Amino acid sequence: MVGGPRPVRLLYFAWVREKAGLGAEEVTLPAAVSDVSGLVAWLRARGGGPSVALADLTRLRVAVNQEHVAFDHPLAPGDEVAFFPPVTGG
Amino acid sequence: MIRVQRADFDVAAEMASLSAEAPGAGAVCVFVGLVRDLSRGEPVAAMTLEHYPGMTERTLARLEAEARDRWPLAGVRIVHRHGRLDPGERIVLVAVASAHRDAAFDACRFLIDRLKTTAPFWKAEENPDGRRWVEARPEDDAAVERWGVEDSPKP
Repeated sequence: MVGGPRPVRLLYFAWVREKAGLGAEEVTLPAAVSDVSGLVAWLRARGGGPSVALADLTRLRVAVNQEHVAFDHPLAPGDEVAFFPPVTGG
Repeated sequence: MIRVQRADFDVAAEMASLSAEAPGAGAVCVFVGLVRDLSRGEPVAAMTLEHYPGMTERTLARLEAEARDRWPLAGVRIVHRHGRLDPGERIVLVAVASAHRDAAFDACRFLIDRLKTTAPFWKAEENPDGRRWVEARPEDDAAVERWGVEDSPKP
């Protein structure tokens, strides 16, 4: 479905969720966004809580479809993208 | 078998059920993590564990599978709690049954080391000054390197 709408679900956890001011949102990827880095750049330009939460990538980790990935990971319609700090369980 | 739950767990009951499903095992190694009452020298009043439902279960199940690939294990039990916990409360249990102790010790250590750097949990501590999110410890990354894997890619 080239050129069709590309919805993705975004999730935020821990202090990233608190800074973003929300835990989840649905967005439609602009045509120019092909990977996580592109998504982050777009979210920063969009403004609001998520742009504050995503200001410093060195403090963030990302998962796509519930797998840890690097920020150059490609995105596809229907993906679930989660932003969070380094994990601290156990 | 892995479980993520708000409720406490009974260590003896977990060991008994693990032993029952692993009749050939000659060794069971158990690690239990507890909430400390001090953090950076400051008293901790309580701790809240947030997690990523779905990814948490998936991550723990994959770690169990990886441990079973590396060692001849007769049984694995991982139980991790979430929600608000008081100092001294149990947070996590990793129990591994095997024919001999070497595999049980090594697999147990492997599982808790990897869990700490890959399972999507985040701790927030409450103390008299307020609430703060716990920072990841470099020692935890170093502990994982010994297993020859890299977790959670950095930007």
